[in-house]
Amino acid sequence: MALALPDLALDYTLRTVALGAMLLGLSSGVVGTYAVLRRESLLGDAMSHAALPGIALAFLLTRSKETAVLLAGAVAAGWLGSLLVNAITRTTRVKLDSALGLILSVFFGFGLVLLTFIQKQPDASQAGLDRFLFGQAASLLRRDVMVMGIGTVAVLLAVLLLWKEFKLLVFDPDFARVLGLRVRLLEVILTSMIVLAIVVGLQTVGVVLMSAMVVAPAAAARQWTDRLGLMVLLSALFGVVAGMTGALVSSLTPRLPTGPTIVLVVSGLVLVSLLFAPNRGLVWNWARERARRGQVRAEGMLRQLAALAEHHGSLEHGHPSAVLRASGWSADQVVQVLHDLESAGYVRQVSADRWAITATGMARVRPATEGDDLSDGAGHPAASRPEGTGEGQS
Amino acid sequence: MTAPQIEIQLIAAIVAAACALPGAFLVLRRMALISDAISHAMLLGIVVGFFLTEDLNSPLLILGATLTGLLTALLVELLNRTGLVREDAAIGLVFPALFSIGVILISRYAGSVHLDTDVVLLGELAFAPFDRVVVTGWDIGPKGLYAGGVILLINAALIALFYKELKLATFDPGLAAALGFSPAAIHYGLMGVTSLTAVGAFDSVGAILTVALFIAPAAAAYLLTDDLARMLFLSVGLGVAAALSGYWLAFLLDASIAGSMATMAGVIFGLAWCFAPERGLLAGQRRRVRQRWEFAQRMLAIHLLNHERQPGAEPELQVEHLWQELRWDREFATRVVSLAEGRGLVTRQNGRLELTDRGRLLAQESLLA
Repeated sequence: MALALPDLALDYTLRTVALGAMLLGLSSGVVGTYAVLRRESLLGDAMSHAALPGIALAFLLTRSKETAVLLAGAVAAGWLGSLLVNAITRTTRVKLDSALGLILSVFFGFGLVLLTFIQKQPDASQAGLDRFLFGQAASLLRRDVMVMGIGTVAVLLAVLLLWKEFKLLVFDPDFARVLGLRVRLLEVILTSMIVLAIVVGLQTVGVVLMSAMVVAPAAAARQWTDRLGLMVLLSALFGVVAGMTGALVSSLTPRLPTGPTIVLVVSGLVLVSLLFAPNRGLVWNWARERARRGQVRAEGMLRQLAALAEHHGSLEHGHPSAVLRASGWSADQVVQVLHDLESAGYVRQVSADRWAITATGMARVRPATEGDDLSDGAGHPAASRPEGTGEGQS
Repeated sequence: MTAPQIEIQLIAAIVAAACALPGAFLVLRRMALISDAISHAMLLGIVVGFFLTEDLNSPLLILGATLTGLLTALLVELLNRTGLVREDAAIGLVFPALFSIGVILISRYAGSVHLDTDVVLLGELAFAPFDRVVVTGWDIGPKGLYAGGVILLINAALIALFYKELKLATFDPGLAAALGFSPAAIHYGLMGVTSLTAVGAFDSVGAILTVALFIAPAAAAYLLTDDLARMLFLSVGLGVAAALSGYWLAFLLDASIAGSMATMAGVIFGLAWCFAPERGLLAGQRRRVRQRWEFAQRMLAIHLLNHERQPGAEPELQVEHLWQELRWDREFATRVVSLAEGRGLVTRQNGRLELTDRGRLLAQESLLA
């Protein structure tokens, strides 16, 4: 970092790229939170693909390569795409998934028709629209970053101004409706924000992979927190980190497309979050599960020892660890658990490999059994099987 | 038409038909987006397979890519089952990652292999006729035709063989599971077929546009019929129509064939959406209009029934009076009366309306209902 920073400060291209990627991560991270929570992760996929014909049409109509013009076309097409998805699901029995897939692929196909059509035009041999397919961070100009900045500011403003409304819309749309909020309008605003965020990132990530920037940072952030505010901040942070890392690496490495690089970085963040996030993470879960299983095992062993002690009518009689092997525990596991129980004071080692339960252990296993024969009888049948085999061996 | 033109159209039509068959089940089982994920992620399998075999038509490559497709479906399922992300997000996480690895591999080694992003993404149907199958010196046609044909046959045979099981598992998964058809077997079977088809189709239409051929014809057919068998045939027919019309659109514009096919598939869906006999927008609109007139005629009949035998109700029975009483404008009232007259619900004498027996019956029925 110490090496990279002076470069960043000096190099105009790198500074532009970093700034653009930061804006991209910021806007899609924030907006993605809402899309993911509303189970609309793939709306972004449809809208980013749908943006392609908008870019091509904007170029065909204006003959301008100005980013603002092309992105305006992208916004219009993305919007139209989301409108059509909505109309299809509302007026036909075609479900959301089919509607999204349909709009995504048909719009993208039409975009390709227009792109190939443009390429064959004599006056537009190098329209440079290809960069919108997979993104090209190195082609970002300061003007482009200005346009992206405006989009990002619009998204952030909407989130700040409508914070409470969006929160309600995400978690309890019915309640929002009852309160008299204009849910339809809010949904339209949210959709527009997703379109805006996608368009902000198009030049850097490209239409094919832009949807990942909407889903991944939010999905990663979700693992670390249960609070909306924190999730938005984390998601934005992940987006910014992934965007900047990916964009810088790809613009410093020849023949490394920006979009896929950013997506791989953000996928890595998701993987780490899924595995290691406290409370929800898989590793965390696994450790907790393991601890719980150990506890159940120790509890079971203590019960066996208690049953044996009751059977012999004394706490002095030691039992070999082999007696206690049940339900597939290995000898090592049994001894390990016995040592754990010993250090907790529930079990004592009478002689080499002879174990007996202590009074403390008895009190823990049978807290309410003093003079109570009923519960003793109830506990007995289940515990009698290992006891029987133990009898034969000892 | 030249021979290559005919061959291109044949390949396009066969690929479209092969896609439409599993597509119908994808649409019905709400798995359309998994096909999107599969066809994107397959890119990785194709690239890796290509690096290993250096031959785009090698059976090993096709096997590898198909397995990648299955792996995608499996990963989505696994991720979904952790409970940490929902299914939509799981799809959105898995395929971009796999696709990205594929794209990066292609761009890094673009110089050394004959495989570039455009071909994989967009396919190049126009070159398909140049890739021939030659058996003992005899040219027996383009490879794409055979690859597509084999996949179409496999799909058709599997669907014919497991038609009952697929039908049951699609429309009543609970009953199917209770009867002992493993939902997992059917799910992954369909995913396998989808992957294989996508591998076969990617060559000609590219990774992204296979989705159009999977979904658009099937979704259009879904709007046209309620019968599964008919839907399958319709999907195939519409897919072929999209392929052929797409080819000619591309010819006209001198543009991407695959893109044009996807566009035409969309146009066909749009037509079905608007004009489907029962479920189309137009049919719905006409039904609403018809219901409006029908409702008005019933209102008229009920109005007349209410006032029929009342003393002093004479003015109520005048046509002139209706537009005040029922708050209809004059034009609408006249239209309703003449419609009702035409149906034999009322008779008119000197501007005075009288219910016929039929009209009375209708009014009474309406009130009872």
